[in-house]
Amino acid sequence: MPDPTSDADLHARWRACLALTAGLMAIGGGVTFGVAWFARALDARLLGWPFSFWVAAQGAPVLYLALVCIYARAMRRLDERHGIDEDA
Amino acid sequence: MAESASESRAFRHRLNRIYGRYTLGFIAFIAVIAGFEQMGMARRWIGVIFLLATVALYAVIGIISRTTDPVEYYVAGRRVPAMYNGMATAADWMSAASFIGLAGTLYLQGYAGLAYVMGWTGGYVLVALLLAPYLRKFGQFTIPDFLGERYGNGAPRLIGLLAAILCSFIYLVAQIYGVGLITTQLTGVDFVLGIFLGLGGVLLCSFLGGMRAVTWTQVAQYIILVIAYLVPVIWLAVKQTGVPIPQFAAGQQLERVAERERLLLHDPTEIEVQARFQALADEYERKLKDVPAALAKERAEAQRRSQALKAANAPLREIQAADKALAALPRTEAQARELWTREIAANHARAAPLAGMAPHAQQFAGDPQGSAAQRRVYEESRRNFVALVFCLIVGTAALPHILMRSYTTPSVRQARESVAWTLFFILLLYLTAPTLAVLAKAEVFNSLVGLPFDRLPSWVSSWSRVDSSLISVVDINHDGILQLGEIRIGGDLIVLATPEIAGLPYVITGMVAAGGLAAALSTADGLLLTISNALSHDLYFKMIGSSEARATRRVTISKVLLLVAALTAAGVAAQRPADILFLVTAAFSIAASAFFPALVLGIFWSRANKWGALAGMVSGLAVTLYYLVRNEPWLRGAFRVSAPIDLWWGILPVSSGAFGVPLGFAMCVTVSLLTPAPAASTARFVRELRQPGAAP
Repeated sequence: MPDPTSDADLHARWRACLALTAGLMAIGGGVTFGVAWFARALDARLLGWPFSFWVAAQGAPVLYLALVCIYARAMRRLDERHGIDEDA
Repeated sequence: MAESASESRAFRHRLNRIYGRYTLGFIAFIAVIAGFEQMGMARRWIGVIFLLATVALYAVIGIISRTTDPVEYYVAGRRVPAMYNGMATAADWMSAASFIGLAGTLYLQGYAGLAYVMGWTGGYVLVALLLAPYLRKFGQFTIPDFLGERYGNGAPRLIGLLAAILCSFIYLVAQIYGVGLITTQLTGVDFVLGIFLGLGGVLLCSFLGGMRAVTWTQVAQYIILVIAYLVPVIWLAVKQTGVPIPQFAAGQQLERVAERERLLLHDPTEIEVQARFQALADEYERKLKDVPAALAKERAEAQRRSQALKAANAPLREIQAADKALAALPRTEAQARELWTREIAANHARAAPLAGMAPHAQQFAGDPQGSAAQRRVYEESRRNFVALVFCLIVGTAALPHILMRSYTTPSVRQARESVAWTLFFILLLYLTAPTLAVLAKAEVFNSLVGLPFDRLPSWVSSWSRVDSSLISVVDINHDGILQLGEIRIGGDLIVLATPEIAGLPYVITGMVAAGGLAAALSTADGLLLTISNALSHDLYFKMIGSSEARATRRVTISKVLLLVAALTAAGVAAQRPADILFLVTAAFSIAASAFFPALVLGIFWSRANKWGALAGMVSGLAVTLYYLVRNEPWLRGAFRVSAPIDLWWGILPVSSGAFGVPLGFAMCVTVSLLTPAPAASTARFVRELRQPGAAP
């Protein structure tokens, strides 16, 4: 296990955290504003809903939940890998 | 404050047991009241029982969790498990506007209303990724605390606490207003009395036990509000389509609604109804051209009618009605002008196709392939939708009463998980609201429109008696048949009337109203704490400088200030301020531009310094407030603005944060770079924020 207090290790952990944050934000932002901006064009039917309507009503909120869950999980793994245990 | 793993597991198990029993108890309570209803208990008494029983319940939880310990009072001992913190935050978050207003907005606006669904859920991605874990690691008590420690204790903390009080107070007034409305509708008591009844419940709880009592009450309130929301919608979905999952049922119903809309647009009787309303609007327009003459003529006519009835010895009822009409005429020319201008707008709105509602699934107004004017309408409508989504997302991630909840979990890991739980519990309701709007529309279009007036379902008349702004019907073309244009529906009706539309007994309506009350009270609790903590903790102890004061004294002062804040807000709400819903949405823009740039840069950019943060907060807040006051009709009146309305790129004032937030970021970065870098201690502070678990 790497030494959790070494500068290099803390730096690596922070870089990984930033990359994860930026990636998830890009997905969320892209879907939210991309689909909203081109909503008129994205009108194909999906289970009776027009696609962009469905994204705004159900798809995007469920995606947000997925992003938050992925983040919580990935950060927990990252902390474990870097030997951070808050309950200790 | 970390507890041993086995201890916290035991605590979690105890909570599961308590709230499990509580949920069963609530269901049993509903069953008992349903039994009373079968035996013939009056509707009004059912309402009173629901009101008193739930408020008493919250008060009891408050009394059980009373405390004078500051860590318990401010942050519930920092031991609320992630799932329960999520539930409490969800209740804190979902106000009367979410519970009662959202489905109605979606019913009236269709796609445009979905900006609220995306904005109010998407904000939690920002909370989870950018703020909650770092605030938990910081581990103090309030949001101004963070600004003070990161940027310096003077001005940054002061501006932070002023902004926190401003947006929380606006929001609090709206919640108390909502409490008043629900109690009046539920029990028929006076509006002001309703406000103070509800306030009593809030106060007992937050006054005695602070965050600790509020958290455990909010969990209880969440359970009530989610059951109250889901049961009638599921029932309605089954009734309409046989599918018990409303989200699946709605797709099919949306297609039927769209089909019906195409028919209604060309229906000759609908067009006739619209023409009648247009004629009324034109009539008022004519009167407005010469107000004195029109007013004199109306008076003379009303007098003649009354005298003619008296001379003919007509029944007393008719004479009284004629006298009443005479007395109701506007007294002065100014009054007449105001009234008639309102009538023109109202009748004009009703002369629009589909009762003024856009086709439900149509994205944006206007037409990108149409004339130049239509293209402009389309572009502006799309821009406004995107700007509103942006403001609501960023505003959600900047509301102090939500961010404060990051402090109450036992660890950074649980803070991250708690946001996931929060979003999950919010989604249960937010994924249902668009569905409910579609189901309600299908019901109105397919089952209500086209009925003869003497065969209307009883819920129509019962709700229009409660409040005619909820629903009113008028046979304007005298064909004895109800057209869509003849129904006027207020958004709040959708949630309130769903149980009856679905054919459920009145006890379920009582439960829904109790759910709305729980939503308003739980939010009011969180807001009150935010305000009183900002005043007592940040202003009194950290800034005026008695941080050495005894812990219990600190809590006592908080409690006194909480009482003052609550009474002030109740006083304002009792005046029934106009446009309260607008102000709530504006609070998001205010919070977004005041807090978001300074908080995020404070965590992710250690070069950000005091001057940058100050410039960012002040300029963001200033431009947002300026845009609001300059362009929003009600605020223009309140501040006597005479300069002409000046919209930038056609963005509506409610989304003014779309300018405040980018400006705040730009100013914070520029000014930080132009002034000296912060001290080395700040770099250490930021480094520690980013390391969960490492020794502080």
